[in-house]
Amino acid sequence: MSLVLSEDQELIAKTALDFIAAESPVSRMRALRDAADPVGFSRDLWKQMAELGWLGIPFPESIGGAGMGFAELAIVLEALGRNLVPEPFLSSVLLGGQTLLLAGSETQQAEWLAPMIQGEKILTLAYQEAQSRYDLSKIDTRAEKRGKGYVLSGEKVHVFDGQTADAIVVSALTPGGLSLFVVPADSAGVRRERQLRLDSRAAAIVRLESVEVGADALIGNEGQGGETLERAVDRATVGLCADMLGGMAQAFDLTLAYLKEREQFGVRIGTFQALKHRAAKLFIEIELSRSASMAAARAVDSDDPELGKLVSLAKARCSDTFVLAGNEGVQIFGGVGMTDEYDIGFYLKRARASELTFGDSAWHRDRWACLSGY
Amino acid sequence: MSELEAFRAETAAWLDENAPQSIRGLPASEVSGTWGGKREVYPNPDTKLWLDVCAERGFTAPTWPREYGGGGLSNPQAKVLGQEMGRLRLPPPLIGFGLTMIGPTLLRFGTEEQKREHLPRISRGEIRWCQGYSEPGSGSDLASLQTQAVREVDEFVIRGQKVWTSYADQADWIFALVRTDPKAKKQEGITFLLIDMESSGVSVKPILLISGKSPFCETYFDAVRVPVKNVVSEVNGGWTVAKALLGHERSMIADAFGGGGERVAKRSRFVEMAERYLGLDAMGRIDEPVLRNDVAQNEMDAKAFGLTVQRTRDAARAGQAPGPESSMFKIYGTELNMRRHEIFVRMMGPQATGWEGPGYGADELELTKDWLRTRGNSIEGGTSEIQLNIIAKRALGLPD
Repeated sequence: MSLVLSEDQELIAKTALDFIAAESPVSRMRALRDAADPVGFSRDLWKQMAELGWLGIPFPESIGGAGMGFAELAIVLEALGRNLVPEPFLSSVLLGGQTLLLAGSETQQAEWLAPMIQGEKILTLAYQEAQSRYDLSKIDTRAEKRGKGYVLSGEKVHVFDGQTADAIVVSALTPGGLSLFVVPADSAGVRRERQLRLDSRAAAIVRLESVEVGADALIGNEGQGGETLERAVDRATVGLCADMLGGMAQAFDLTLAYLKEREQFGVRIGTFQALKHRAAKLFIEIELSRSASMAAARAVDSDDPELGKLVSLAKARCSDTFVLAGNEGVQIFGGVGMTDEYDIGFYLKRARASELTFGDSAWHRDRWACLSGY
Repeated sequence: MSELEAFRAETAAWLDENAPQSIRGLPASEVSGTWGGKREVYPNPDTKLWLDVCAERGFTAPTWPREYGGGGLSNPQAKVLGQEMGRLRLPPPLIGFGLTMIGPTLLRFGTEEQKREHLPRISRGEIRWCQGYSEPGSGSDLASLQTQAVREVDEFVIRGQKVWTSYADQADWIFALVRTDPKAKKQEGITFLLIDMESSGVSVKPILLISGKSPFCETYFDAVRVPVKNVVSEVNGGWTVAKALLGHERSMIADAFGGGGERVAKRSRFVEMAERYLGLDAMGRIDEPVLRNDVAQNEMDAKAFGLTVQRTRDAARAGQAPGPESSMFKIYGTELNMRRHEIFVRMMGPQATGWEGPGYGADELELTKDWLRTRGNSIEGGTSEIQLNIIAKRALGLPD
């Protein structure tokens, strides 16, 4: 495992950074928020990202992917995270896409995954319920066998891009345990309600009111979806960590620029040791977060037996550091940091919302301890 | 088989054949390690044997050139050597400031004569070195140092006092910073000098620490005469050498505290201690949730730190320019070690309150004193605050 970017990977990074600088400055996310845009992103831009090959990065060539891995995907996600780019990577490429990649049948992959990679379909995963917190198995949604198919009933929350997704992967209880189903969003009985989040990420409540699906909607084996779900969420967590890394790096860059420009008492505030030390400590924390995030991405690609621990390490680290970067950023900007006009507040909000997605640092420390046998 | 794998096989066989049984599994601590020098005692003669066979093969200083007593190994070969020694649980044959500080400094700044005189004697463990940097009035503001060196023909006459000279009472030579131009800007009047501790006028007094131990000394120079040929680099050019050496020192401190990576995995000392002092619940979890969380945090931070050290090395191998890593590693490595010891004493609970027996185990008394010792980690080798200043300036470009 090498924790340094290859020349090819550097090229991906440059392309991604150039693209977001030109096509998706933070002002774009701000405008979508101000307009309470019902979609929350641009299907045109999504299509362009598909043409750049980004949506297919972690998928095999046999289904139209690029046959690369999370090491490469993380580079793109980090660039997107810098400008809080709202396109549906987390829902489509990560949550929905990885579930179908890990356990979907050839037919399911051809129907949903291949068109997603082309930028034509949006996917998502509805795994969370009001009482779930971070426990993937704590759900009430049920799938009852009826004839050859199933009937799904329940209510899912915080479903990323749930209001625009073309297919929703749903976790539900079956007699043998947890099962996963791919449900076309236009199925009768699917009700969706847009949720407005702190960090402006698009999400929805998805209500399943006796939704009938065929046997071909089942992903993998009945009752054995729990492991697939955990693996898919682990991968999505690695993706989110890369996005968070971009967010914290950008928040830090904004703060550093402000330290070098803002004057008080007739000098630049970056001359004050009290602020220098805070910036230097944050720099160290970001460096450690980068290492942890890169190691987790490479662990996915190499099927590392320590993957679970490395995912928890990355998420705990990135959560704590991104929150710190947001908090310190607003403090150092001072009064203007509290205004909606300045972008630093967006990063504070994104940091907090990301921390509270897929487990916060305390939750991941507990998981690390359990996986370590204490 | 690749060349490196051939080297691995050959090295493993050599180590297995030459490492005495009695030294296998010995810990490689500052206390028990072999420092070498004229005053070293070898309670176990096998440690001396181990030093000699390794020195003969160049394994005490694996990456130094062969003509200076090193092994002439490439970095990947040295890494393999480390791995194979770890696998056989062999302690390093030699430790100390000769190998980690003055040796690398002489390789970079020394004259040919200095290299030939000093490096082989370091790698054979014949000469033990100490460091003369800080003075009573010059701690964090090191460049304000006042130890005076006045030139008389081909000698300098040294007068002054150094402090925090680690193990000066055991050392044979000292590398010291002295003021050769009192009128110049403070950084520009400093010279880096090698001084034989047996010279007339050198005296040493150990300092008693809060831990009850005395690893540091005060070192006095009373008209000590040192040949001009013992200047490293230029007269008045010592500050550049000093800073480079501090980089080595910080890396060494970071390595000592878990930044070295490549450790052989073993059962966590935390878990052993938790079992002894706190108990485990039916699920095998540490039966004290706050300490369990602290342990996980410390282990995770240590892992992230190890990965960062690895990333820096990967970047260096890929030819990327180094940043202010040694400052970052120094701060983080020391803080990790300090927090780790805080957790140890909190795990021991009342058993950590001992100073001497009865009622306390020898290992408990030792650990309490280790904890006291760690409080110095963030002070020695440049305080954490000084490292933060360095990062703010060099990595972040913040204004002075």
